[in-house]
Amino acid sequence: MSLTSWRRLTRHQLFWPATILVALLLFNLPFTPGFLAVGVRNGHLYGSLVSILVFGTPLILVALGMTMVIATGGIDLSVGAVMAISGALACSYISRQPDQNAVTAALTAVALALVVSLLLGAWNGLLVARAGVQPIIATLVLMVAGRGIAQLITGGFIITVQSRPYQTIGGYLFTLPTGVFIAVAAVVGTLAVTRRTALGLLVESVGGNAEASRLAGVRAQRITILVYVFCALCAGVAGLMNSSNLANADANNAGLWIELDAILAVVIGGTPLTGGRFSLGGTVLGALILQTLKTTIYTIGVPSQANMVFEAAVVIIVCLIQSPDFRRRATAPFRGGTRTGSPPVRQPAGVDTPVEARP
Amino acid sequence: MISRRSFLTGVAATVAVGSLAACGKKNNGTGGGKTVTLGFSQVGSESGWRSANTTSIKDAAGAAGINLKFSDAQQKQENQIQAIRDYITQKVDVISFSPVVSSGWDTVLKEAKAAKIPVILTDRQVDADASLWVSLVGSDFEAEGERAAHLLEKVLGQSSGPVNIAVLEGTTGSAPATQRAAGFKKVMDASHPEWKIVASQTGNFTRDGGKQVMAAFLQSHPEANVLFAHNDDMALGAIQSIQAAGRKPGTDIKIVSIDGVHDGFVAMTQGQINAIAECNPLLGPQLMDTVKKVLAKQSVEKWIKTQESDFLAADAASALPNRKY
Repeated sequence: MSLTSWRRLTRHQLFWPATILVALLLFNLPFTPGFLAVGVRNGHLYGSLVSILVFGTPLILVALGMTMVIATGGIDLSVGAVMAISGALACSYISRQPDQNAVTAALTAVALALVVSLLLGAWNGLLVARAGVQPIIATLVLMVAGRGIAQLITGGFIITVQSRPYQTIGGYLFTLPTGVFIAVAAVVGTLAVTRRTALGLLVESVGGNAEASRLAGVRAQRITILVYVFCALCAGVAGLMNSSNLANADANNAGLWIELDAILAVVIGGTPLTGGRFSLGGTVLGALILQTLKTTIYTIGVPSQANMVFEAAVVIIVCLIQSPDFRRRATAPFRGGTRTGSPPVRQPAGVDTPVEARP
Repeated sequence: MISRRSFLTGVAATVAVGSLAACGKKNNGTGGGKTVTLGFSQVGSESGWRSANTTSIKDAAGAAGINLKFSDAQQKQENQIQAIRDYITQKVDVISFSPVVSSGWDTVLKEAKAAKIPVILTDRQVDADASLWVSLVGSDFEAEGERAAHLLEKVLGQSSGPVNIAVLEGTTGSAPATQRAAGFKKVMDASHPEWKIVASQTGNFTRDGGKQVMAAFLQSHPEANVLFAHNDDMALGAIQSIQAAGRKPGTDIKIVSIDGVHDGFVAMTQGQINAIAECNPLLGPQLMDTVKKVLAKQSVEKWIKTQESDFLAADAASALPNRKY
């Protein structure tokens, strides 16, 4: 490989997240020799990689919605609460049906949960766009109140369901985890809508400067409401996946702190919190990195007391590697040509230019 | 001429005195020896166990004719301290609470003592001077860990071969997690040096946590043939992972857990969990008894342990209909 094509590869926005993910997966091999092995058990794929996908897909969904919100310069803290509400609604509806295995019951439950998720997203969007509340405050309202609502729905108890059709959402379809199909569809759909139409550009322009976009004729308020609705919908789907996978609704613990993981996944993926730009591929890799990190902690036997420290250390390293500024400074002493101490021209916002397809 | 400011001050003072008088009247009504008022601050409603605990306390207060002032701290110590201070201001007869965390209670407990209001702890202990509270009504978590180990002895019976234990711990640093682990280890060290803990990790007392951690354990420690879960919920999550790995919970991997929630009993009737050491949340009646004794100046034990039993899979079917949580 020539030097220029190598440079072009390392400049690609997804290069570092992908490298980190692969490194993290390989890191597990000495501890668990069969880590990368995938076999078939009970008629579906089985292995550590499959577990990462099964448990990681809800996070991918949530982070996907979060990416669009962050691209407009906003943030959504209520995703965990929306997950809890969505799962609680679906499970409590199914548990009241005489025949839990009825397909129509499962479909109605899913529709009910998703419609309510849409409404919750619209509430967030209206608060931010129309009432002009700071996104972090506006969504904090639902983050706190939402879990209470979920508890009201379940009555404070964990609702267990025995519905085969419902359990398919978090289970397996054609030997693969169903979540993979949902995540791929969601990511490809979002990519198509944002990158093959002008919508992505409009979202980024709102994130860059909402007022300027409005003056330029972009319906900034409408775009803002739209991204919060989309984000809540993603969280609602993630809530269904999670509760279906566990075959129960736990209002207190479903999606607890997932907003932080989702924001982290977005940032690791290279989307700046300041808005104006986003990378969906980066977000997916970011979410997979976080789930792999979790699995790694369990498999290599980090003591419980050290979990957080280990996780934090890895995340800091990942963030540093992700920063072009840091890489430049760290490698400066080893490079010929450039004098140390005077970094070359800085790119705005300190992140590599996205190279995803543009309209 | 009265200045505007002093007029306003006067109005404010009158209102203040008026409301004080109102407070005084109300307190005379409730504290006058007829109905006993108990101020109770609950941790939150984080689990089915906790909901059962709350219901038991509310029902028992009603049955005992005690006026219960109940508040939910939503897992935050500052809410709980605030609730206790409110109870002191309202001059309730007895204050009771399930501490969210074990440390940081000295100041507020001293305030209660200064107001001569007895404090009864429920469910969990505090790291504070023992003179600051009258009694603790709650489970002995260390004993629960020991009972779980003894249950495992019974489950294993005469079977020989290696005993490789995977442990799903509760929330790191919480009293039940630390003490259940200590109790289990005590029995292991004393009578079963041949048992081996091959993997131990927190599952945060949740099904999701239990499921994810167990999925990883099955990969990294396929030799594990016993699971000790610090609560039923984690065991229930782990069962799903064991099944997904094509192994049989309760047979290929023996499972012992603590709590005795309804779903745990259902899993036991299906042979998926082999034994459960009960941790009883229904301590309402014992708490109300203690409240009455304390007010009647009778002596009470410093630690009133809740009545708990052990269950093996064989007993599950007959016990299930009577389970209240």
